[in-house]
Amino acid sequence: MDLPRTRRTESGATSNRTLMSASTRTTATQLLDNERFWRIFVWTVLLAGACVMFLPFLWLLSSSLKTELSIFRYPPEWIPDPIQFSNYVDAWTTRPFALYVRNTIVILLLNEVAVLVSASFCAYGFARIDFPGRNVWFGILLATVMLPGIVTMIPQFVIFSRIGWVNTILPLTVPFFFGGGAFNIFLLRQFFRTLPAELADAAYIDGASEITIYWRIMLPLAKPALATIAIFTFIGTWNDFMGPLLYLAKDPNKFTVALSLAMFRTAFAGRTRWDLLMAASTMMIVPVIFVFFVAQRYFIQGIAISGLKG
Amino acid sequence: MAVEAQRSKLPWPRTRRARRALTGYMFISPFILGFLLFFVGPALVAAWLTMFDWNMIRPPYFIGLGNFKKMFADDLFYQSLKVTAYFSLVSVPVGLVLSFFLALLMNFKTRSIAVFRTIYYLPSIVPAVANAVLWSFILNTEFGLLNALLDSIGLPKIAWLQEPEWAMPAIILMSLWALGATMVIYLAGLQGIPRSLYEAAEIDGAGRWASLVNVTIPLMSPVIFFNLIIGIIGSFQIFTAGFLITGGGPQHATLFYVLYIYRNGLQYFDMGYASLLAWVLFFLIFALTLLVFKYVGRYVYYEDVGT
Repeated sequence: MDLPRTRRTESGATSNRTLMSASTRTTATQLLDNERFWRIFVWTVLLAGACVMFLPFLWLLSSSLKTELSIFRYPPEWIPDPIQFSNYVDAWTTRPFALYVRNTIVILLLNEVAVLVSASFCAYGFARIDFPGRNVWFGILLATVMLPGIVTMIPQFVIFSRIGWVNTILPLTVPFFFGGGAFNIFLLRQFFRTLPAELADAAYIDGASEITIYWRIMLPLAKPALATIAIFTFIGTWNDFMGPLLYLAKDPNKFTVALSLAMFRTAFAGRTRWDLLMAASTMMIVPVIFVFFVAQRYFIQGIAISGLKG
Repeated sequence: MAVEAQRSKLPWPRTRRARRALTGYMFISPFILGFLLFFVGPALVAAWLTMFDWNMIRPPYFIGLGNFKKMFADDLFYQSLKVTAYFSLVSVPVGLVLSFFLALLMNFKTRSIAVFRTIYYLPSIVPAVANAVLWSFILNTEFGLLNALLDSIGLPKIAWLQEPEWAMPAIILMSLWALGATMVIYLAGLQGIPRSLYEAAEIDGAGRWASLVNVTIPLMSPVIFFNLIIGIIGSFQIFTAGFLITGGGPQHATLFYVLYIYRNGLQYFDMGYASLLAWVLFFLIFALTLLVFKYVGRYVYYEDVGT
């Protein structure tokens, strides 16, 4: 940040004078260029905004530790009295939460394998092989990134129920083996194109096939991009509600975490157990936030690629 | 490139090229298959279903344009369009402006940027269901956080989820909590603007406001445009909030379009009608995107695109 610093020395001498006669002389743009005013303004707004953004999280945590009675105290208390950790145990045990976690992890692992292999395979074709019709298909790929997935929800349900896939995890996993999502292909293709062509030359001369080059040379180099995609897939699968709602809602033994939390709302015969719901919601949010903090670098990388080269 | 030159010298160039095409198509075949099986196929099935009355139990009954007639006479169809347009027209522009503003401010504070960026971004990765559960409690009339805050500054409590005119503002507010996702995209864009341009602007005597209008906004316009398109497409697909928090009510005030498709398809099992609604949504989003490209796209400033 060189700009503000040079500006500060330049306007430092005049800033006091400007402030004193602010009421009479200063227009809005002049005020913006006043270094002191500007820094206070930026800090105040960002800090206030951060508090607003963080408040719901605090509320969630605080409510998840209240008793069934104290959660209905008004005005609400930020520090629960008493602090009831057993809400988490209850939320975990009143319904087979461990089973839901396991169900979700099964879908998640399948999707991770599907997306990482399938998307990188297609991306390699788009990035490194020149063949007739490639640009047309790449255009179609970009169009499907934009296409609202919701449009095919009904006919897909019709087809999947015709072939007996309702009440199985197949509709939630099998499609990922076919390309692994247009956005993921796009992201990996961008990455593959940044790798120098010379990397594969020696292998070509040795007579290696494209598959060998893809698998042995390019894939190991693409680890950062693959990590980004793996994380997005984790968030997407863990958070997905529509898919499980359409295909798994009839059998409580097949619920995912998201579906079970939605069903949990109405589980107590007309009375909403906000204390347990808040504890269950916290348990669902924590893994996502944990992954975010562990892999923040890859998040930012993925966002930069999606936003700026899109 | 070197390889390419070498190759053309090899014998049988025709078969080489053919083999190359074959390899290329082999690599992208999963995508082509997936596109045909899970997009084109279902879309055609949906187009065919629009002409039938079918509840998935009885055999489909051909009714020609019957579903179209039903749609044009369906008050809830218009209501769901109105509701979705309301949500889109408010949440997208407000979200775009607010997140751009925040990204601008954040871009100036280099040292604390990582902390702020994290705090603002976190809400956008909260799972939709957990989000819905959390917000239905925040918006609770008697014991919710929002009314407690209003009450503490002397404002009256609002029955957010019971009053038809307040349910939508409540959901828009909730959707704005997740503006960090857009903000982070802006931030990445802002950090890509070369510093030399600001220095040049400063030498020309431009203040903060002038360099915002003349440097930042033109250079950011492709990113703003990208966020606009993504925002519009996303806003038309809102479902979970309406489904879990309000159930489309009160008095259909939050009957989002996708929620209405879901109801027709998976609650009333009116597959023909639901397919028609899905196709209409597709055309609406398509037309809207084209319009935005045509009328907003012309204001987008593109540098010499090297890639």
